[in-house]
Amino acid sequence: MIDFEPTEEQALIVDTVRQFAAHEIRPRAREADETGSLPKDVLEQAHELGLVANALPEAFGGGGERSAVSGSLIAEELAFGDLSIALAILSPALVAFPVVDFGSDAQRKELLPRYAAASFRPGALAVTEPHFGSDPFRPRTTARREGSDYVLDGAKCQVPWQDGDDVLLVSAAEPGGPQLFVVPRAAAGLKVERERNMGLQALPTAELRLEGVRVPASARLGGEAGSDLRALIARGRVALAATGVGMARAAFEVARDYAKERQTFGAPIATRQAIAFKLSDMAIEIDGARLLVWEAAWRLDRGEDALREATLAYEQVKRIALEVADGAVQVFGGHGYTREYLPELQLRNARGYASFEALALV
Amino acid sequence: MPISFEKAENTREAERYYHQVAVEQMRPISRKYDDHEHDLPVEWIDWFWREGRKGAGRADGEGDGFVQVCIQAEELCWGDAALYLRMPTPALGGSAVAAAGTNEQKERFLAPFRGDGHPIWGAMAITEPNAGSDAAAIETTARLDDDEWVLNGTKIFCTAGQGASEVPGGFVVVWATVDKSAGRAGIKSFVVPAGTPGMTLVGLEKKLGIRASDTATLRFEDCRVPRDHLLGSEKVKKADPSQTGDKGFKGAMATFDASRPIVAAMAVGVGRAALDFVTEELARQGIRLRYDAPPRELTAIERDLLEMTAELQAARLLTWRAARLLNRMRPNNLEASMAKAKAGLAVTRITQKAVALLGPAGYSKKLMLEKWMRDAKINDIYEGTQQINQLIVARRILGYSSSALR
Repeated sequence: MIDFEPTEEQALIVDTVRQFAAHEIRPRAREADETGSLPKDVLEQAHELGLVANALPEAFGGGGERSAVSGSLIAEELAFGDLSIALAILSPALVAFPVVDFGSDAQRKELLPRYAAASFRPGALAVTEPHFGSDPFRPRTTARREGSDYVLDGAKCQVPWQDGDDVLLVSAAEPGGPQLFVVPRAAAGLKVERERNMGLQALPTAELRLEGVRVPASARLGGEAGSDLRALIARGRVALAATGVGMARAAFEVARDYAKERQTFGAPIATRQAIAFKLSDMAIEIDGARLLVWEAAWRLDRGEDALREATLAYEQVKRIALEVADGAVQVFGGHGYTREYLPELQLRNARGYASFEALALV
Repeated sequence: MPISFEKAENTREAERYYHQVAVEQMRPISRKYDDHEHDLPVEWIDWFWREGRKGAGRADGEGDGFVQVCIQAEELCWGDAALYLRMPTPALGGSAVAAAGTNEQKERFLAPFRGDGHPIWGAMAITEPNAGSDAAAIETTARLDDDEWVLNGTKIFCTAGQGASEVPGGFVVVWATVDKSAGRAGIKSFVVPAGTPGMTLVGLEKKLGIRASDTATLRFEDCRVPRDHLLGSEKVKKADPSQTGDKGFKGAMATFDASRPIVAAMAVGVGRAALDFVTEELARQGIRLRYDAPPRELTAIERDLLEMTAELQAARLLTWRAARLLNRMRPNNLEASMAKAKAGLAVTRITQKAVALLGPAGYSKKLMLEKWMRDAKINDIYEGTQQINQLIVARRILGYSSSALR
């Protein structure tokens, strides 16, 4: 039966995360962006909510409640607070979920418990590449078998790079297609350079050079069976689309509230159709995009190939997140251009979706 | 129920059934009745009255309720939106009776549509030469005289107005004011049976699209109907902000909360007709939409298809959401207007783009794309224009009354 009501349990999580986003994340967003650093205490607090750990298997200390729909609901609410902080909070899933989905028993045993432990552990996944036309399905980074090792060569960018863990996952092409590899952050031949981007300034990201990075055969995620990059990218698109909906909703709400306060010619600008219609457009597009995200997530939860729906949802979100953030700046006028208000930050973040892949997973 | 996009079994049955109806009964005569604008599509009307109105079969078990009605509308409008509007049903007149009528009125006016007689139609007449989106500006009057209401005025753009005003057994629900000084509170709706003296079909519009649908101008000159043909309460409660004062008008407007998701679904049907056709035609030309191609490799046509596909699905899901709230008997005024605003504009753009994508062939009457583009545009206009629905959405999200945001 077709329905659009989250379960009671989901509604409860949404409410909790919404409060957390409003009271803990949002007040720290501007400072985090200005200083280019994450509020560590907020990450720890979020970790205590178990937003990622709840989705990990019980055998490894998790809650055993993986759901892409729930994950999308959570991602939207977190990003409603702030995109950078949301992606930081969700980053453990960047390693944990692929390991759950594709990893061998040994890899699960080795890598999963850390993300369900008492304190926060960030994750890192390297998919995007710095060359023109980066293609997550056909990475230029290569993995070459040499004896009992793999040798990785290539470059990656937009890799979340928070301190506090010692591994990352890297996608690399083998003759048979792309695969994922577990790479120590301290591996010889891995050069890390901190990025400076227009947005996402609070989230440390890195550009990586892999020059003859040697990992043992056991580092290939999933062993012989390997990993399904198509499924990984679909999950990434759903998760990112969900954050885009949350970010857009945040921009919409600040614009709406401002429009009701700001007076011109003796009345709030929200009473003018030029502004009111812009706001109604935003609201409609945000709701429509959210439903696309839910549909794709629902398909993932049924174990279906959801790349089509995930891509449709993500493409829609890429477009509307930018439109909404730009609209919010416009509603604020000159003030929207200043760093005193959130829309300028949201506009810088929104443009990032044009190149973001797999910065979050459900 | 959790978030789910899985159609109930009987919805899937209905979908299959109405799709077959669209393919077998509607598409073959679609061009004919677009070319011959005011001809009666008798084969369709007779088939529908004989077979179609029985529906897809049993609707037992847990179902999608109103969402299923939307899916039915989508399938049939994928077939032909104008023929859909020409179906002998109570249509919007029925919605008005169902929304505001007593049980006795519902039985009296709607039972004939289930009867064995000849095909009949229902319609709703709201718009006037000087009152469109601003329904409160209605000038048609209703005066009580000797236990009868006496109607005077002119109604335009009355969909199915020819059948509903002329063929005995049908009816037109007419909006009129019983007290102009009361503004919206004075507006009531009246059931005027087909053939009532004083109700005259003045003319039929010649239109851009949906040409098989009879869009009528009706004149009311001392048109008398029994007192119990008024839907809802006779009382005029003058506006009092502290009360839900103008229930008559609100009740009438509530009809739209139920009808807008259906109109949105109809729009999606037309948009899908065009998108399906273009997608299949381009596939024949070797152009397929890839979901795993990097942005730089996507062609302009793929980008268009991607956006059209996403836009149509967003419109469809907004529509289902609005319908789903109706099932739950929850307010859906905001969601219904969101769906209607989105769907009307989305399919206008989708069908216009579809014509462009196929070049001269898209523009030619050899194909149906040009018709679907013409048909689609009405969805951005009737049942509340794009702009009036935006206005409703804006008032809701801003918490403004209709006087605060005009």
